[in-house]
Formats: sequence, structure tokens, C-alpha cells
Amino acid sequence: MENIVSLNDVAVTFDGETILNKINLDIRDKEFVTLLGPSGCGKTTTLRIIGGFLKPDSGDVMFEGKRINDLPPYKRNVNTVFQKYALFPHLNVFENIAFGLRVKKLSEDEIKTRVGEMLKLVNLSGFEKRNIQNLSGGQQQRVAIARALVNRPKVLLLDEPLGALDLKLRKEMQTELKNMQQSLEITFIYVTHDQEEALTMSDTVVVMKDGNILQVGAPVDIYNEPKNAFVADFIGESNILDGIMLRDRLVQFCGHEFECVDSGFGENTFVDVVIRPEDITLAPPENQKIKGIVRSVTFKGVHYEMVVDTADFSWLIHSTRAAQVDSEVGISFGPDDIHIMHKMEG
Amino acid sequence: MKKNKGLIQKLTAAPYLVWMAVFVIVPLIMVAYFAFVTDGGEITAEYIKEAGQYGGIFWRSVWMAAVATVICLIISYPVAYILSRMEVKIQSTMLMLVMLPMWMNFLLRTYAWMTLLGNEGVINSLLGLIGLGPFKMLNTQGAVVLGMVYNYIPYMILPLYSVMVKIDGSVLEAAQDLGCGRLKTVVRVVVPLSLPGIMSGITMVFVPAISTFVISRMLGGGGNLLIGDLIEMQFLGNAYNPNLGAAISLVLMVMVLIIMTVMRQFDTGDDERVLL
Repeated sequence: MENIVSLNDVAVTFDGETILNKINLDIRDKEFVTLLGPSGCGKTTTLRIIGGFLKPDSGDVMFEGKRINDLPPYKRNVNTVFQKYALFPHLNVFENIAFGLRVKKLSEDEIKTRVGEMLKLVNLSGFEKRNIQNLSGGQQQRVAIARALVNRPKVLLLDEPLGALDLKLRKEMQTELKNMQQSLEITFIYVTHDQEEALTMSDTVVVMKDGNILQVGAPVDIYNEPKNAFVADFIGESNILDGIMLRDRLVQFCGHEFECVDSGFGENTFVDVVIRPEDITLAPPENQKIKGIVRSVTFKGVHYEMVVDTADFSWLIHSTRAAQVDSEVGISFGPDDIHIMHKMEG
Repeated sequence: MKKNKGLIQKLTAAPYLVWMAVFVIVPLIMVAYFAFVTDGGEITAEYIKEAGQYGGIFWRSVWMAAVATVICLIISYPVAYILSRMEVKIQSTMLMLVMLPMWMNFLLRTYAWMTLLGNEGVINSLLGLIGLGPFKMLNTQGAVVLGMVYNYIPYMILPLYSVMVKIDGSVLEAAQDLGCGRLKTVVRVVVPLSLPGIMSGITMVFVPAISTFVISRMLGGGGNLLIGDLIEMQFLGNAYNPNLGAAISLVLMVMVLIIMTVMRQFDTGDDERVLL
């Protein structure tokens, strides 16, 4: 597959503050790519650069192999679904969607056909004459998507489009968006701070922090093989402990030595040890290296979330069986469940 | 309980109603009374007919006020737009600069233009230095229109600005995203969204401009009488005839009402009225 959008050494600073720190990113054609990170990580800035609303201070923005740094937004074959939809309040549903086509001066017949197709796609047929203000958040959201897609862009940019919707609607829209992306075969670049959303929808997830790209990969790889403790923590919840890699396949933390499967960290190196809460099983305290007292048990629907305090760490554990609060339990995990990561610089 | 609440509401509204009655309704009735009733107490349409003789002055007033309003709109629109897109901190400073001339006395401001525009005024003197002129600028219709534009332009900028500042930047970005260059964005998005501001700006410039008498007196000389001058002459001037003055005022009011109603028809049913 070919790269449709590439960012080469793109840097942005505002008032001396670094927003993007020379990032490099290649986005392949027809892919669903998610830029994921906490607020202020530079994900929206990255999107605005691709959309043309912001010029990078340095670096190249490439679109289908051509440098487009100086191309204004209205000349780019890219459309955006804005965070708060940014629909035109003076136009009805039909005219909002038709806006881009009218600017291009298409014939009335073609506009009608294409807007009609879009309304069908986003399940809003019959809403043509509705006033924008009288639509629900979910419906406005659909209009915004239709308004962008009707122009048949090569790349659709989505800036936290589901942020304002309630949980159930958000799940529905996630599926719908993914289906649209697959049936239309358009590249989607999606910005979110919701890791679950990112994992569900994407072909590729780009994890960002403080203007840097930390990791790029398929959702499964990012979840299973996070590059560092930050990614591990951001993608799902984690127990992150300080540890020392004694030698290949042997790590020490919590005052004990554990066998693990990682190697290549050298000898006696300080590392982050990450253990997912769902990988831990509670066992009788006897025979376990790590023992602790159950501090809290919270019912989460599918599982219980428990906090277990040991001498020097507070463990987060997910299990389908609840333990007694204040009882002593043993914490058990296998060598596979221990993920060793380099300490983050800084 | 509910009845009580209604009573309280009525009571609190009472001072306002009294004020309205004494200072708006009663004077209106008095104007109508003087326009239709002679000193002897007879009802007559004579004064209205007499007012009709001044059709030329009515026409000139409408025309000059309209020209001044259009010029105000043309100048103010880009100013208000640029203003509304500036940084918030700079916006308040710039707004104050727009308002600043309004702190100075109206007469003084207009008088200043006399010294600028006169045959031996500042502008002609400067032009004389490079061998041009003198040009007759004072006591022309142009000078009157200039005076109107100068004095009333803040009343155009402010309502335009207050509407434009509410237009979300992301809506403008959406327009660009969908293929609009700068000009197309303004035509397709900014203008329709600022229509309420355009309407109230036009009202706030046109109405005072059509009834002004100070500006035409000071900058127009004797030759460019407006309705305002005519009315003033009937009440305070040599032509003393309050009945005729009342009749002209009435005709003027009806005219403004008709013009404004016609204008409203262009306003495409947007409910939001913006009044400062």
C-alpha cells in the first residue's frame, strides 16, 4: 500500500512552547488511522496541519507525494468533521450537505442525487428541510459527516467527532463510522483521547504525548506490546512498577525475583515493569511471593475492580470473582504477564 | 400564589409603563393632534397637504440618508469583520477607539469639519501649498453626507461587530474546508450570518441621518435643507408654525416606518433581533 499523507520532521511552536517536536508519520491509503493521546499532546494540531488550517514552522507535509505546505484548505482534497460539528446555522440539512457541491458549481440534478445518497448513508433521509438547531447531537454529527463525505475526499479528518455524544450513541456511531470507512474506501484520520474508541475502530493507532509520537502500530500490537510505561498506562489500565532487569529473562521487583520472557535489556538495568490488571489472579496468600490486603472492591459490570495494597505498591486487579474487603490475598501472575519496558527519558 | 406573582410583575412594570405613557405615547398623540387640529379647534388635513409641498426636501433627505447609510455599511463591514477576528485583548482596545469620537460633543465634532473643509480651511490650505485648489467642499451635499457618515459610523460598526463576534471560527474553517476562498467564505457564510447586524446597523444610521438638522445646517450651508431643518424651523425658527411642524414630523415618521418595514422583508425570517 502507498502512503497518501506523510509528515516529515514537522515541528510547531507557539509562544516558545513546542507543540509538535519534529514528528514523522506515514499514513497509508484507505487506512483508518487514529491519533491518540491526552489533551495537549499535539494530535489536533497534527490534524489541522493536514487539513491546512495551520502551517508548520518547519518540515514537509506531503499528499500523494507532493508537498502541500502552502496549499490552502480549500484546495486540498481533504475534508474535515469538526469537533463541534461547525454546521452552518443559516442553512437547513440539505443545504448544509450541499454546501461544498454548490461552491464547486455542480448542476442542481447532481447535487440532489449526491446529497440524497449521503442522507441515506447517514440515515437522515426525510430530514432535508429540517433546521440545524432542531436536530439532536447525534443527528448534527451525521450531517457533519455527510457534509464532508459528499465531496468525495481522498482523506477524511475527524476531530473527536463523538466527544459530545452519550455512551450508547457513541458505540453505535463507532461501528457506523468504521463501516462507512470500509465501504467508501476512504482514508480516515481520527483524533481522540479515548483509548477504547481508538482500539475498536482503527487499523493503525498513533500514540502521542507532548508533541512526540511514542508508538505507531495495530491496536493489538499496541495493547500487547506497548513500547513504554506511558503507552501501557494510556492504552488500558496498568500496574506499573519500578524494577531491575537482573539478566535476560529474570527481573526483580517488590523485593522478589521473577521469571519473565523479555530479554535484551542488559544486566542490572532499571526498567518499568507493567502488569495488566486482567492478567493477575488472586490466590490464597500461602505460597505467593506477593501478598496484600484488599482495600476496595468495585463492581464494573463484566468484572470486579479491586485495589490490593502491599507493602510498597497499590495493585489494580480485574477479576470476575470478588474477594472480601480487608482479607489477605496473594497476587499471582505468570512469566508471560510481565511486560518489561525501558524507562522513559526525562 | 400565581395571582400574587402576576400582581408583583405588573407592579414592577408600572414605572416603566408610566414612563412610556408620559414620554412616548402622549407626545405622539400630541404630534398627531397638532397635525390635524387648527388653533381654532377644527379638524383639518390642511397641514398634511402643506407638508406635501415639501416633497423635494423629503426626497433629498431620504436620498442623502440612504447614501450615507450605504457608505457607512461599505466602510463598516470589513472593519467590523476584521475587528471580530482579532485577538480578544486587542478587540476591546479597538472597540474603544471606535467609540472614542462619541465622547466628544456632537456639535464640536461637526464644527471641526467646517474648519477642515472650508475654502480657507486646513485641507484647502495644504492643497494650496502644492498648487491645487481651492476646492469648494463646505456647503455641498457631499459635505453633509460626509458629516452623516462620520457621526453615525460607530452605530453601524457596533451592531455589525456584535453579530460577527458570535460567528464561531470553526464555521469559517468549515467553509474553507468545503472549498471556499476568503471572498466566498464572506459571501456564503459571513454575510448571511451577519444579516441581523446589517439590518440593525442600517436602522441605527438611517433613522438619525434622515432627521438630522445640525449636520446639514453646519456643513450644507443654507442650500441643502433637510426635513430636520424644516421641522426645526417650524418650532424654533422664523417660520414658526407648530401645526405644520407636527404634520411634517408625522409624515416623516410614517415614511421611516414604511421604509423599515420594507427593509425587514429582506431579512429572511431570522428571529434574532440585535439591538444595542
